Amino acid sequence: MSEDTSKLGIGTDEWVAQHEKRLQRRAGLPGVIDLLNQRVSNRVRYSVLALVAIFFGLFVHNLYLLRIASNLGVFLMMTLGINIVMGFAGLLDLGFVAFYGFGAYAYALTSSSQLNQHWPTYLSVPAIVIVTAFLGYLVSLPSRRLFGDYLAIVTLFFGQIFIQLVLSSDSITFPGHTDSTDITGGSNGIPGLDPFRLFGRAFKSTTDYYWLLVVVLTLLLIAIVRIDRTRVGRAWRTIREDTLASQSMGIKVNNLKTLAFVVGAAIAGLAGAIFAGIQDAVFINGFDIPLLTLIYAAVILGGSGSIPGSIIGAFVMSVLPEILRVQNYSEFLFLAVLLVTIAVIGKNLKKFAINIGALVVIGYPVKALFYLSHLTTTPTKVWAIAPVSKVLQYWLVLPANRIVWGNMAFIALIALVAYYSIAHEAIKPWLLPFIAYIAIFLWEDRLVADASTTRQLIIGAMLVVMMIVRPQGFLGKARVEVL
Amino acid sequence: MGYLGQQLVNGLTLGGIYALIALGYSLVYGVLQILNFAHGDVYMVGAFIGYFVEIALGGPSHSKVPVPVMIFIMFAVSMIGTGLLGIVIERFAYRPLRKSSRIAPLISALGVSILLQNAALLIFSANVRSYDTSSFIPSTAGFSLGSITIDSVRLAVLILAMLLMFALSKWVNKTQVGRAMRAIAVDRDAAVMMGIDIDRVIRWTFFVGAALAGAAGVMNGLLLRGVSNGMGFVPGLKGFTAAVIGGIGSIPGAMAGGLLLGVVESLTQGYLSTNFSDFYTFILLIAVMLLRPNGLFGKKAIVKA
Repeated sequence: MSEDTSKLGIGTDEWVAQHEKRLQRRAGLPGVIDLLNQRVSNRVRYSVLALVAIFFGLFVHNLYLLRIASNLGVFLMMTLGINIVMGFAGLLDLGFVAFYGFGAYAYALTSSSQLNQHWPTYLSVPAIVIVTAFLGYLVSLPSRRLFGDYLAIVTLFFGQIFIQLVLSSDSITFPGHTDSTDITGGSNGIPGLDPFRLFGRAFKSTTDYYWLLVVVLTLLLIAIVRIDRTRVGRAWRTIREDTLASQSMGIKVNNLKTLAFVVGAAIAGLAGAIFAGIQDAVFINGFDIPLLTLIYAAVILGGSGSIPGSIIGAFVMSVLPEILRVQNYSEFLFLAVLLVTIAVIGKNLKKFAINIGALVVIGYPVKALFYLSHLTTTPTKVWAIAPVSKVLQYWLVLPANRIVWGNMAFIALIALVAYYSIAHEAIKPWLLPFIAYIAIFLWEDRLVADASTTRQLIIGAMLVVMMIVRPQGFLGKARVEVL
Repeated sequence: MGYLGQQLVNGLTLGGIYALIALGYSLVYGVLQILNFAHGDVYMVGAFIGYFVEIALGGPSHSKVPVPVMIFIMFAVSMIGTGLLGIVIERFAYRPLRKSSRIAPLISALGVSILLQNAALLIFSANVRSYDTSSFIPSTAGFSLGSITIDSVRLAVLILAMLLMFALSKWVNKTQVGRAMRAIAVDRDAAVMMGIDIDRVIRWTFFVGAALAGAAGVMNGLLLRGVSNGMGFVPGLKGFTAAVIGGIGSIPGAMAGGLLLGVVESLTQGYLSTNFSDFYTFILLIAVMLLRPNGLFGKKAIVKA
């Protein structure tokens, strides 16, 4: 709180007294952004989004891009679903991915030669949604009595059980039979699924699914925006803020918690069925913890409880891996983020210039040291492939044993960042260029070559930092905590 | 009868490991009311430290020191290492969040868990490593009790787990820090007013909880299971389940819950099905939560708004 709270008279509420100040426009560019933010209604924004999606579908015929867009669509359904369960109702459902997997496997079993079932899509998809919703209801039953952590662990366990059941259902011996039946294909998954058949056509290409997703997402988004404004949506939010108070206001807490679970599960089930259709096969390792963390990271990054937030989070989280896969983009993105971070920490141009200058200067003594100590280095031909690293090769030096040096740099970086977070203000500016140097070194040395681990590391670090610095996410609203 | 006894012994050994993990959850929960999701990964780090100490002492078959000394050093280094890791995790991931909403530390813990798993993947690679216990303790060593044979590694693990639990209950009940810890669990504000240094107690709690997980990790390695970066997830889940079954926050509860879980798992594996044993554990968890939400040993919580 600000220092002038002491000036407040007795009986003046601090929050109310600062109301004007909070509404004041910020100066400069942030102010313009704020103004745009206020003037443009959500309806306009969603319409623009829908238009972009339609134009993308009409004019982009690159199959790779359409594939990414379709995966983004499925991912978006998931983040919207989890945003209902966690964002609106405040229930930490860590078994969410199991519903998704259940939907996918249910589609696979009803539309493949695995059990020799080939249901029409008009029948199978609604059935899957209903059954997944019912499964969500079943899981929510023990959850009625649980809150917070207990719920999280029970649902996490549920997700684990789902994986185990699928993995070990490849040789089930039914009572009264001697031979075993293969239901789920175990770790081999179920290949060769029927494509969706809707509106009299079989969905042969990714484009068909893309349009299906555009339609489904539009309907889903309209529905969620509407739910958010109804009695149910408001009641969910009150449960999230204070279960006890909402109960005493006559809100049927248990029913609403169950409803949130059921709605979330149904959305996940539908997403799973569509995903199975796109993939043409299902494999259990797609429904494991990494996906769960990715979805949660997306919602938390964007702002839990905010619909635009979960859309943006989904964009970032599903496009980021694709960018990291290409060395050129990933290096460029990394340097950009690093520079922005230094700029934000430095706050003014002079400090920024000093930091960058120091960072550049550090590189040369290190390079000299490497030559003097006769350490063999990786030939620049091997690592300087993309434009960014081609520039960096005159400044950065990479040792021959990149794994050992990379590990040491990783540990040093973590230690330095940790120290930075508790260091005295006077020391912090001195540390910054060194941290930046080690980060660049580590990135070029190890992380560029190992995109999937890097992504997980970034997500993990982001979750921790986000919770400390901005728990409400980028677009979420800060809550007034009543203590 | 012999088969049943064998399964019981296996279950108790497994249960000892679960109990040690469960204690870490319970201790931290008792003091901070947060669920330390990263606990399973601390256990993983403990197993890795044990492995590298073993390599540093000359490897499984050419140990430079006598075998009992080597095992002792493995445990000691691993427990101290993971204990310090626990303190670091608390300092950077949980302390800044002490005043925030309930869901924030959970998500932060999830982040730490991902971070630890992938840091291990980056540093140690995805190879599954083995302690190779059979090359320094022959699997024939051990003794038989009627038709039950107990090999010496299992026996050592079981005894060590019991010793650690005994030491912990002494620590909690007799020392000043232990008393302070129990006081904080009962009423944090009152404890602060009585002059208890809450940060110090929390540090100790994390140190001890994480050290127990580290010991459990080394035990797991000694029982000839693979050591890899993803090994902590399932035992972490089971440890929490054990803590909940026993009544979270209760120390005897965590021990009993762990042993019970180990025995149940071993019996279901022996008599029903190997593949579905986790499923039965899950049913047990749900049943306990529905019938006795406060666990077997837990007291009915008084919720203050």
